[in-house]
Amino acid sequence: MTEALADFTLHRPESLESLAILRRAVPEARLIAGGTDLLPNLRRGLVDAPALIDLTALPDFAEIEPLAQGALRLGAGLRLADLARAPELAGPRQAVAEAARGVAGPAHRNAATLGGNLCQDTRCLYYNQSDWWRAANGYCLKYRGDTCHVAPQGKRCRAAFASDLAAPLIALGAEVALAGPVGERRLPLADLYRDDGADHLALAPGEVLIAVHLPPFAGLSAYEKARQRRAIDFPIAGVGAALARVTGGWRLSLAVTGTDSRPVAIAGIDDALDLPLSDDMLARIDKAVQKQVTPMRSTMISSHYRRLAASALARRLAQRLAEQARDAR
Amino acid sequence: MTRILRLTLNGRARADAVADNLLLIDYLRDAARLTSVKQGCDGGECGACLVLVDGSPRPACITLAAQCEGAKVETLEGLSGPGGALSPLQRAFHERLGAQCGFCTPGMVVSATALLRKTKRPDEGAIRAALEGNLCRCTGYVKIIDAVQTAAAEMAADQTAEAAG
Ligand SMILES: Cc1cc2nc3c(=O)[nH]c(=O)nc-3n(C[C@H](O)[C@H](O)[C@H](O)COP(=O)(O)OP(=O)(O)OC[C@H]3O[C@@H](n4cnc5c(N)ncnc54)[C@H](O)[C@@H]3O)c2cc1C
Ligand code: FES
Ligand code: FES
Repeated sequence: MTEALADFTLHRPESLESLAILRRAVPEARLIAGGTDLLPNLRRGLVDAPALIDLTALPDFAEIEPLAQGALRLGAGLRLADLARAPELAGPRQAVAEAARGVAGPAHRNAATLGGNLCQDTRCLYYNQSDWWRAANGYCLKYRGDTCHVAPQGKRCRAAFASDLAAPLIALGAEVALAGPVGERRLPLADLYRDDGADHLALAPGEVLIAVHLPPFAGLSAYEKARQRRAIDFPIAGVGAALARVTGGWRLSLAVTGTDSRPVAIAGIDDALDLPLSDDMLARIDKAVQKQVTPMRSTMISSHYRRLAASALARRLAQRLAEQARDAR
Repeated sequence: MTRILRLTLNGRARADAVADNLLLIDYLRDAARLTSVKQGCDGGECGACLVLVDGSPRPACITLAAQCEGAKVETLEGLSGPGGALSPLQRAFHERLGAQCGFCTPGMVVSATALLRKTKRPDEGAIRAALEGNLCRCTGYVKIIDAVQTAAAEMAADQTAEAAG
């Protein structure tokens, strides 16, 4: 038998009302959807969970709903295997399906959900280890310790956030719908994240992510990740790119995942662009990414390599989307 | 907490008292004695524990037993032929040397079964994609792909023969 998980009670609410009641009654409970991030962490003793609330029985939680003017609502309970083959994501927003297809392995994607992917824990060489490994090495800032082994001089945890879905969704301007004790609110997805590996989600106590809203979008998009093996592995760096038609040209949006404690929306490249992209422009994109991401020694891969991988992917995607846009005209 | 878990396991309805924190892998191996389900890593990395839940492969080592309430769960034991005879997939793994130490084989056969139920004659790319979450320390994968192709061909031929006969 595997080592038993610490004891907990599992709840499975079937409506948002009973979820709200449960969250008030059991404030220390953790949420679980597919469990593909939480259960490995529970097994390694990284999370204290006296109670779990299973979200997968909530109504409309796994629906894709087309909204007015081509906007789209993605329920947080959608399985990644379903997102990967959703016809609604086959066209301009294919970056989202591409990212879903690249998460973990096929069996994980049958269980893993969109909400769980966006709210997954941050990761680090010194954190995603067994308890005896961490105890022997000395616990870290993110759990029970007081030093970040990645940046011992620093005051915060530098674990990296490696959600594949976050990057294309931010590039496409997604917002998240959160339900909490004081009702529902909407937030740009980029603002769900904080630059602190030990406290990276801006969810208020008791809040649940219930859906992702994508605004109307008529351009082109793509996602690519660099990783050690072509399957199973988290991104060393992942880049989501969206190229949209605007007055006077095209606008490129880029977001990077896997390098920092939060996804990084690349700033300073949002002027109207001419196609094809000039070598100068491509060099500017490359430089902007290199400057704005700050990978640390939180993985086995050197931080310099992860920085170069991020900028190379960004440049490659920008060029590819620009060529596709030109060919489509 | 403990609850009564009701599910269909390899075609048979079952009800068991399970603790909320019981992992599906421990339920299958220790309560149901289905030891084809292997623990190959410390959680979610290797694919040795894959089982079918409502027809789709799932890692049993990072699934709670209680999450399978009402589900149809299939392990390798339920995928063999009548009377425990080898299924075409199992036979092909044996004959094409797709199994060496055999530790990854149940998970491989589970992934391949899900693939062949959907796609009768998958090409090599589709087989690689379906098995990409199953790690093998021994074979180098080439013979595993060969085994799945061999089984697919044999199963397709059997079906054609059945349809003709
Ligand atoms: C071997 C392996 C490889 C992996 N590779 C990748 C990868 O390449 N890319 C990647 O992005 N991920 C990867 N993962 C992580 C994980 O499988 C995915 O991120 C998955 O999408 C998580 O979704 P889930 O539903 O299983 O989340 P869960 O494990 O159920 O939840 C994850 C976290 O989010 C919280 N949560 C879940 N739903 C909500 C909600 N609706 N509102 C608020 N909080 C919520 C939970 O409380 C928990 O803290 C990998 C995991 C493993 C084991
Ligand atoms: S035992 Fe390795 S993935 Fe389940
Ligand atoms: S046959 Fe030994 S691990 Fe695959």
